[in-house]
Amino acid sequence: MSRIGVFICHCGENIGATVDCEKVAKTCACLPGVEHSVDYKYMCSEPGQSLIREAIKEKKLDGVVVAACSPRMHEPTFRKACAEMGMNPFLCEMANLREHCSWVHAKGDATTEKAIDLVSMMVEKVKRNKPLNPIKVPVTKTALVIGGGIAGIQASLDIANAGQKVILIEKEPSIGGHMAQLSETFPTLDCSQCILTPRMVEVAQHPNITLYTYAELESLDGFIGNFKARIRKKAKSIDETLCTGCGVCTTACPLKKNPSEFNMGLGTRGAIYVPFPQAVPNKPVIDRTKCTYFKTGKCKLCLTKCPAGAITYDQQDEIIEVPVGSVVVTTGFNVTGTDFFSEYGYGKYKDVVNGLQFERLLSASGPTLGEVKRPSDGTVPKKIVFIACAGSRDPAKGIDYCSKICCMYTAKHAMLYKHKVHDGDATVFYMDIRAAGKGYDEFVRRAIEEDHVNYIRGRVSRIFERNGKLIVRGADTLLGAQPVEIEADMVVLATAGISNPGSEELAQKMHISYDKYHFFSEAHPKVRPVETNTAGIFLAGACQSPKDIPDTVGQASAAASKVLALFSRDELTREPVIAVVNRTAPPLFSTCVGCFMCQTACPYGAISREEIKARDGKILKTVASVNPGLCQGCGTCVAFCKSKSIDLQGFSNEQVYAEVMELLS
Amino acid sequence: MKIGLYPGCSMDGSSREYQESLRAIAPKISLELEDVKEWNCCGASSAHAIDHALSLALPAKILAQAEAQQMKELAVPCAACYNRLASTKVELAEDEAMRMKVAKMVDLPYTGATSVKNILDVLTPLLTPEVVKTFPATFPHKVVCYYGCLLVRPKSVMHHTRMEDPMEMDELMKRIGATPLEWSMKTECCGASFSITRTDIVGTLGMNILEDATMRGAEAIIVACPMCHSNLDMRRTEIEKVSGKKYSIPILYITQAIGLALGCSPQQLGLQRHFVPAKIEAKLKVQQTTPAAAAVS
Repeated sequence: MSRIGVFICHCGENIGATVDCEKVAKTCACLPGVEHSVDYKYMCSEPGQSLIREAIKEKKLDGVVVAACSPRMHEPTFRKACAEMGMNPFLCEMANLREHCSWVHAKGDATTEKAIDLVSMMVEKVKRNKPLNPIKVPVTKTALVIGGGIAGIQASLDIANAGQKVILIEKEPSIGGHMAQLSETFPTLDCSQCILTPRMVEVAQHPNITLYTYAELESLDGFIGNFKARIRKKAKSIDETLCTGCGVCTTACPLKKNPSEFNMGLGTRGAIYVPFPQAVPNKPVIDRTKCTYFKTGKCKLCLTKCPAGAITYDQQDEIIEVPVGSVVVTTGFNVTGTDFFSEYGYGKYKDVVNGLQFERLLSASGPTLGEVKRPSDGTVPKKIVFIACAGSRDPAKGIDYCSKICCMYTAKHAMLYKHKVHDGDATVFYMDIRAAGKGYDEFVRRAIEEDHVNYIRGRVSRIFERNGKLIVRGADTLLGAQPVEIEADMVVLATAGISNPGSEELAQKMHISYDKYHFFSEAHPKVRPVETNTAGIFLAGACQSPKDIPDTVGQASAAASKVLALFSRDELTREPVIAVVNRTAPPLFSTCVGCFMCQTACPYGAISREEIKARDGKILKTVASVNPGLCQGCGTCVAFCKSKSIDLQGFSNEQVYAEVMELLS
Repeated sequence: MKIGLYPGCSMDGSSREYQESLRAIAPKISLELEDVKEWNCCGASSAHAIDHALSLALPAKILAQAEAQQMKELAVPCAACYNRLASTKVELAEDEAMRMKVAKMVDLPYTGATSVKNILDVLTPLLTPEVVKTFPATFPHKVVCYYGCLLVRPKSVMHHTRMEDPMEMDELMKRIGATPLEWSMKTECCGASFSITRTDIVGTLGMNILEDATMRGAEAIIVACPMCHSNLDMRRTEIEKVSGKKYSIPILYITQAIGLALGCSPQQLGLQRHFVPAKIEAKLKVQQTTPAAAAVS
C-alpha cells in the first residue's frame, strides 16, 4: 500500500476563493493509499514547503501530490523540497488546480468536484511513479557559427575572446555580409567598413577561431553539447596555402563582365575574383559557372600568370565533419529586387534601384567610387525619389510585416545624397516614419529640417518612363490625397527585407522552426529571444527578423553569452522524461518485434537499431533502441509502437491509463 | 476548337465590328463558336450598383444557360461582360447561401461547370507560332496594347500575375509581326461609363492615353474591350476638345489586327465602322521558296 501525501494550496485567493480547498483536502484524505492530506494558504512559501518536508519524515511518505499552480511554475520547487528529504524527486507530482480549474471556472460545488478529480487522478499516477535519475551528457566546447556577417563576427569574437573554440563558416568567398556593402551607418554616419573591417581581420587572426569561407552546412546531427556538423568546403580552385593574394590572376582573367554580387550587379568582376578589396580572406575563388576553362577546357590564363602556382583546377568540394557543442545561426537576410514590383516597372528601368544598390553607389568602395551616378547613363541625378515600404507592410505583396530598417536608411540615403549633390532634390514617399531608437528620430528630423529632404506621406502607384525621365505618380495623403507627379532622374526603392533563399532548407537541416516568411523562430518572443526550440542552437541577427546593426550586435553577444553559459559546465543534466524500449529476460530480450515504425515516426532521429548478440557474436534479435541524448520525450514513438514495447518514462501507458480510469470511476 | 460564345449587347451595337471581326477570323483559326441561346444582359455597370443579388443572377442565368448547352468553356469577348461573369463565378463558388438564392432567381441549375474565357485566353493557345506561320500576311506596325481595367482586375477574381503590366496582347501582336511598344498607359482608366455622363472626364483620360501612345510613335492602339474602344474612338472629338490637338491614331480591336494578318478585307472586319479612320494595312508575305527548290530551278 502506498503512503502518499496530498498538499492542497490556496494560492492566496487564486485557488482558495473559487475552490473549497478544505473540502478537497478532507475528501482526498479518504482516497486509498493517501496517508496524509492538508491544505495551506501558500504551499510554495517556506512554511508551506516545511509542511511537505515534515510530513515526508513523520508519515514516511513514498509519494507526494501538490495541488497548486501549473507544474511549469513550481514543479522544480516542490521536487527540490522532496529531494531534500531523500525522496526521489520524480515521485512528486503536481495537480494543476489554478490554470486548469480555479482560473477558468466560477465558484461552486462543481468546481470543487473537479479539483477533487484532478487530485485523485494524480494520486493514481503517483502510485505508479518510479524513481528516475537525471541524464548526464558531456559538452563539446566548440561552437559552430553559421554566417559571417556582423552577427556571426560578433558572436564568434565574443565566444573566442572568452577562451572557447569557434568554427565560423561563410558561404561567400569573404566574411563581412551586408554590413560590408553599406556606405555610412545611421544615426552617426560613421563609415560601415571602417568599423567592420578591423573585426573581420580580428576573426581571421584569432587563435580560437577556425574560419571556413566558401563553405556551407551539409548536415547537423546530434544534440545539445554533442552535435556533429558536416561542412561542405566548396572548391575555390586555388590552393590557399600557396596563394599570396597578389591579385595577378584577377587582373589576368579575360572575363571582366560578370555582374558583381557585392556591388549588387552595378559593377563587374572576373570569373576568378575577390569580392571586394577588403575581403577576408583576401584570396580569390574561381566561379566555375562563369570560367571559360570550366566551360570549354581552354584559357588557363590565371594558371599561367599565377606566380605562386596556386591555381588548382582539379580541386574538389571537401566535406569535413566536426564535433561541436553548440550552434549559433547568423545567416542574415536579403532584400527583394526591383523586379518584384510590377507597378514600378518589374526591374526594367535601370535607374530604379533598391536600397542596397544605392548603398553601393554611395560607398567609396563602390562602382562609382562614392559619386552618385545613374546606372543607365552615368550622369549625376538631380532629382531622386525614395519610396519607403516598397513591399513591406503590404499584404497584397505577401509581406505583412515592417522591415524595420528602411525608415532609417532611407533618411540616411536622402541625407547622404544631399551631402554629395548640393543642388539635388530628394523626395521621400512614406507611410509612417518609424524611427524608434537612440538618436533615430533626431536623425530623421535632421534629414527633413537641416538637409531639406522633402517628405511626402503617401504611396506611389506607378513609375513609368517618359523622355528619359522616370515619372513617379503618387498621392499626398496629408493634402487630401492630392495627386503628385514627380519627374525624377532616379528612384530608390526601400525594398522589403526577406529571409535568405534556402533558409527553409537550412532550418530543416538543423531541426529548428521558422515562421511563414521563413525567418527562424526564437523559442519565446520575449523571454527567450536568442534561443531556438532545439536546445543548444541559438539565433542572432536578421535571420530571425530584419533588424539594424545595433540590434544585431546586441543579439549576437546575447547568443554568445548563452553559448558560454553552456560551455561553463563539463556535463549537462537532462530530465529523464524519455522513451525507453523495454528489456526482458532471454530468450525474449524485449517485446519489441523490430518493425521500426518508431524509427520512421521519431522527429529527432533518436531511435536506432540495436543488435542483441550471443557470446559467440551471433545476432539473436534486432530491436529498437532510444538514444537518451537525442530523445525529446515527445511520445510519438509510443503511439506508433504496435507491440506496446516503448514507454515514456514518467508518463508510461500504465500511469496515464490509471489517471483516466480514476477520472471515469 | 469548339467554344461557347456570349456576345453581350455591345457586340450587337456600338462594337458590332468586334463581333464581325471575331466571326471573320474564327473559321480561319479553327475556332467554332456556338452562341448561348436566349442570352440576357450581363448587368453591366448598373446592376451591381442597384441590387447585389440581381448583379449575380444576371450573369448566373447566362452561365446556367451555357451549362444547359453543355458548354465547357464560354468565350466572352467584351471585357466588361467578362468581368461580370468571372466575378459572379468566383462569388458563387465562395458563397453557398448566395448560390442557392441566385439559383432560385434564375430557375435553372447552376453548378459553375462552365469556365469563362476572355478573348486573350481564347486566342493565345490558338495562335501558336506554327499556326501564324500559315497566315498569308503580317501586321508590321508599331502598336501599343491597351488592356484597360476589366481584363486584369480585381486581383481576387483574375489572379493575374502581371496585373500592372499584362503582356498577353503584346505577345499576340508580336506573333503576327507587329512591334508592341513599351508604354505607360496599359491599364490606366479610359473613363469607362463616363462615356455617356461626363464626356469631359473621358476627354482628359483619353488624352493621356493618346498622348503617350503618339509620343512613343505607335501607329495603332490595340484594344480588347468595347468600352475602351468607344472612349478612345467614338469620343475622339471630346478628347481633342480637351487637348486642343488632333490625334489620328486608330483604335483597333485585337481581332481586327489579327484579321488583317489573316488576309480578311477591311469590310469583313468592320474597319469602316470606326469614327477614326483606320487606314492601316497588313503586308502580304512574299511567297517563300525553300533553298532546295531554288537550287533545283
